[in-house]
Amino acid sequence: MKILLSCLAIILCHCAWALEPLPVNPIAPGVYLHQAEQHWPDRGNHGEIANIGFIVGERCIAVIDSGGSPQQGLALRLAIKNITGKPVCYVINTHVHPDHIYGNLAFKDSGAQYVGHYKLPRAMAARGEFYINRADELLALHLTPEHIIPPGLVVKDSMTLNLGGREILLTAHGSAHTDNDLSVYDKQTDTLWLADLFFREHIPVIDGSLKGWLTELDKLENRHYHWVIPGHGKPTQDWPAALQPQKRYLQLLASQIRTLLQQGKTLEQAVAEVGQSEKPNWALFDEFHRKNVTQAYAELEWED
Amino acid sequence: MPKSLKPIILLLTLALPLAVRAEGDDETWNNVIKTQYFPGKTISETDPLIELEAPYRAEDPAIVPLKVSAKIPQTPQKYIKKIWMFVDKNPLPFIGEFEFFPQSGKADLALRVRVNTYSNIRAIAETNDGQYSMVKKFVKASGGCSAPVGADLDEAMKRQGKVKFRIDNSFKTGEPLQTQLMISHPNLTGMQMDQMTRYIRKSNFIDHISVKFNDKPVLNADIDIAISADPNFRFYFVPDRPGELSAEFSDKSCESPVKREACTPGKHYTERYAVAP
Ligand SMILES: [Zn+2]
Repeated sequence: MKILLSCLAIILCHCAWALEPLPVNPIAPGVYLHQAEQHWPDRGNHGEIANIGFIVGERCIAVIDSGGSPQQGLALRLAIKNITGKPVCYVINTHVHPDHIYGNLAFKDSGAQYVGHYKLPRAMAARGEFYINRADELLALHLTPEHIIPPGLVVKDSMTLNLGGREILLTAHGSAHTDNDLSVYDKQTDTLWLADLFFREHIPVIDGSLKGWLTELDKLENRHYHWVIPGHGKPTQDWPAALQPQKRYLQLLASQIRTLLQQGKTLEQAVAEVGQSEKPNWALFDEFHRKNVTQAYAELEWED
Repeated sequence: MPKSLKPIILLLTLALPLAVRAEGDDETWNNVIKTQYFPGKTISETDPLIELEAPYRAEDPAIVPLKVSAKIPQTPQKYIKKIWMFVDKNPLPFIGEFEFFPQSGKADLALRVRVNTYSNIRAIAETNDGQYSMVKKFVKASGGCSAPVGADLDEAMKRQGKVKFRIDNSFKTGEPLQTQLMISHPNLTGMQMDQMTRYIRKSNFIDHISVKFNDKPVLNADIDIAISADPNFRFYFVPDRPGELSAEFSDKSCESPVKREACTPGKHYTERYAVAP
């Protein structure tokens, strides 16, 4: 027992001492990004797989996505403290997925306001319990309902937040990657933080609406931005060119599935046949592609 | 135990890797489902009369395609009368109880279900002469960002009640013909975190479907929330002459996502489809 306890002490202290500030880089003045690698969320990486970061105003900070684990939220908070020392006034969740919201609790006592799409609270309510129940098995995380913090401030169409001498514009999008996607535009540096509305290298994941996503992409590629930040993959200055692989993939799914539907092919056949030519173009294709086809088929089969 | 040790033990449980689960254990079946649904019945797993197809890895836990195929044709002398289906490890394992008839032609059924975690999925068939047999498949519901809920609730709400029959009209009279019945319905599982977000927690789902051809029954189904949003079934019937395929169905609301004591019946729907070779 004594040995066991000392082992435990090591484990416990390790947890406390291991908190290093999250590595972040300023990609534009006052816009800090933690760029994640492309990984499937698992018990080894605890779901810390999304790009997250923050924007610094004269008065305070807006966090954009709190991270994939409570620990990553704490590490992000420590990075902010070390770099700026300014208070966090907003924690923006770009959508409901675990890799973007599980760090929320780290900012609870900072007095920050939580901000999200107006459909985010409903999505958290619908998925929260399921996410919490599987967090240990899938991510080796111990989560409770208090980790899922719904936004107190919701965005119906758009909303401007002032960080002190710096304005950021939040836009609530129609159903696309999810039905609760929010983007953040920093006027000062002409940076558009698209989060999971935009995937690079990592295969796009459909968990909202394929048709809706293509509609949003049409709007987003209408103008140029100095920087555009995806939820997964490298930030880019090459806009809208950098969006084209994602657009091509989504369009290919739509057209091939519509053809199969006309031929009376089943969901199972679509899952086996559609979009295989895109495999070399994406990381995590095997993990997400069949889910994408499934979701897209279930959506498109209701078209008249 | 000394009070101060408790948090350490709790942490110890968390730090240890999950106990390795036997792939597809039958615990829930043996302890709960079998006694609840088949008390006193002998159910054979050797040489079952049906086959079950399911993906080993379910990429989208909200839409897992399953297919049961009968190994015997439906004849008035011998036919499969009922098929039950379960997802052992779902909070509510019951998928449905499906009734077939000689005029179903074939007791085949393809459907889409929700699978919450790693689980055995099973189908049990009963013949008209009272024999039971069972098949099962292990399915790993994927992790990732997915959840076994509809992706776009408002879109599902908008087209709620819309129904489609899909039939290949180049069929031969008198031979079993496959048809697909699609019902647009969000099939809400109910939500349990309402204390935080103030959302309604009632479940609302299609609970009964009855399909007839020229007023003769083809398929009856009692189903629950394990059925995916926009319930979708492929099955057979025998068009012995031109006529009308009809589907009647109803939904209901229950106070709890997993208990069925307090429920209110909802709407009734009817859809008809002219079948002509
Ligand atoms: Zn996402």
